[in-house]
Amino acid sequence: MAAVRVEAVLAAAEEQEAEKRRSITVEKELELEYDLGNLLAVDRNPPPAAALRGAGPRREALLRALARDNTQLLVSRLWELPAERAGGAGGPLVAQLPEPTFRLPREKPAPKPRPPTRWEQFARLKGIRRKKKTSLVWDEQAKEWRRRWGYRRAGGDPSRAWLAEVPAGADPEEDQFARLRREKRERVARNELNRLRNLARAHRAGSAVPAAPLHPTGHQDRDELRRVARVARVSTASLGRFQPRLPKEPAEPPSRSGGKKRRFQPLLGNLAAERSRQLELLRDMGSKKPVLDITRAVNKQLRQEEAEAAAANKGKKQSKRGKRGRRQQRPGRSGKKSGARRQPQQQKPAGGGRRKKA
Amino acid sequence: MRPLTEAETRAVFEKLGKYIGENIQLLVDRPDGTYCFRLHRDRVYYLSEKLLKLAASVPRESLVAPGTCFGKFTKSQKFRLSVTALDFLAPYAKYKVWVKPGSEQSFLYGNHVLKSGLGRITESTAQYQGVVVYSMADVPLGFGVAAKSTQECRKVDPLAIVVFHQADVGEYVRNEDTLT
Repeated sequence: MAAVRVEAVLAAAEEQEAEKRRSITVEKELELEYDLGNLLAVDRNPPPAAALRGAGPRREALLRALARDNTQLLVSRLWELPAERAGGAGGPLVAQLPEPTFRLPREKPAPKPRPPTRWEQFARLKGIRRKKKTSLVWDEQAKEWRRRWGYRRAGGDPSRAWLAEVPAGADPEEDQFARLRREKRERVARNELNRLRNLARAHRAGSAVPAAPLHPTGHQDRDELRRVARVARVSTASLGRFQPRLPKEPAEPPSRSGGKKRRFQPLLGNLAAERSRQLELLRDMGSKKPVLDITRAVNKQLRQEEAEAAAANKGKKQSKRGKRGRRQQRPGRSGKKSGARRQPQQQKPAGGGRRKKA
Repeated sequence: MRPLTEAETRAVFEKLGKYIGENIQLLVDRPDGTYCFRLHRDRVYYLSEKLLKLAASVPRESLVAPGTCFGKFTKSQKFRLSVTALDFLAPYAKYKVWVKPGSEQSFLYGNHVLKSGLGRITESTAQYQGVVVYSMADVPLGFGVAAKSTQECRKVDPLAIVVFHQADVGEYVRNEDTLT
């Protein structure tokens, strides 16, 4: 009698133990894929399709059970990781997660490429490629490899040279060191200005309508001024309808975005004029003559001139008047050619001065 | 409803010109009154000045169709002639095709015209020229595009297509609800 009771108690205890284990042991046909670094587990087992079909409390319960089981698996994996007590023996248990393996998609959209700078646009137009240069060059004097630019550069820093040559034709009293310093300062300032201009251009390209006023760049170009003026013009209570017009402004009130408003002919306008327009169009179409596209023609002419100028420039690349020569090739200026040559002081005082220096 | 823009007018005239050539002038400049083209819900209508003035007072939502519909502009701004323009194409057509009584029905069901059904064809029809299709009794049935030139038509086998179908009067029954 007593033996039976002991067995029953043991069986009951075993059952209780099994019950306790059942909640932490989960059977799966396919092993889950774990990425413990991200605390991620992927269950590839197909869900019981029939039970999941349709809404209802049963489906909800099933999904909950599935989620619980999978979480259980993940958590039991976490317990297998190496762990230690943080902050001594009484501290909380901290597991060391491995490196994450699953690549999560990025939250934000990929950044847009920076718009090309003015120089990049020009280089692309002319087909100029960047030449790769090594950063280290051999310095003959120091007998070692040195940087091409910057601190301890090969050949020595020209601004730190102890000797400066007076160029032929230069003023002998002029301080050549001061001149070098000044020219360097000017180059740096010009570079900075160009950088700011590129930034401003990129900023402008991003937004069609400038919400903000002018940029404090010191120099505003015509387009920017025009845009700001247009916005200011229509920013009245009447949307610019009663704004007095400037002498050369078109009668049509400008739209805020600067775009052209689509306008159609009136429905019951001048029907005779409409008919004659259509007959004109028919004559045009019948004559098969190519319609002159003025913009295209002008572009073509410009390209041709540019190509000629480039070809001419290539021939006398070494000569000093490369830029001026190209300028004089424009048709509008050809008449002034002889006059400009005879009186260089009057025509281009600044250019003449620069030439002397160089 | 509004007049056509320059580009739209060009598109319409180019398409019309494939069928009636320079005879478009006769549509634009008519001795019996002023007629014009108007656009309404992407469709091009040809109507007289008198009708235009009457239609102008009808709200856009209520106006179903002013005048004769010539065709419609697709969403990509191409112009498609519809069979309702046939009344104006047929009298001025430069290139014509007559189909035999046996294959009239086939054409009116929307099929291409085969060599076997070809009764007559205008001389010097080029390939891919727009043509108006008539029955042998000179009733205009529709229009299409010549798949073969007149010379080629003589040689091809009887089952070859000679006119690609574009529109036929059977559409008045088949597409009754979309034709306006």
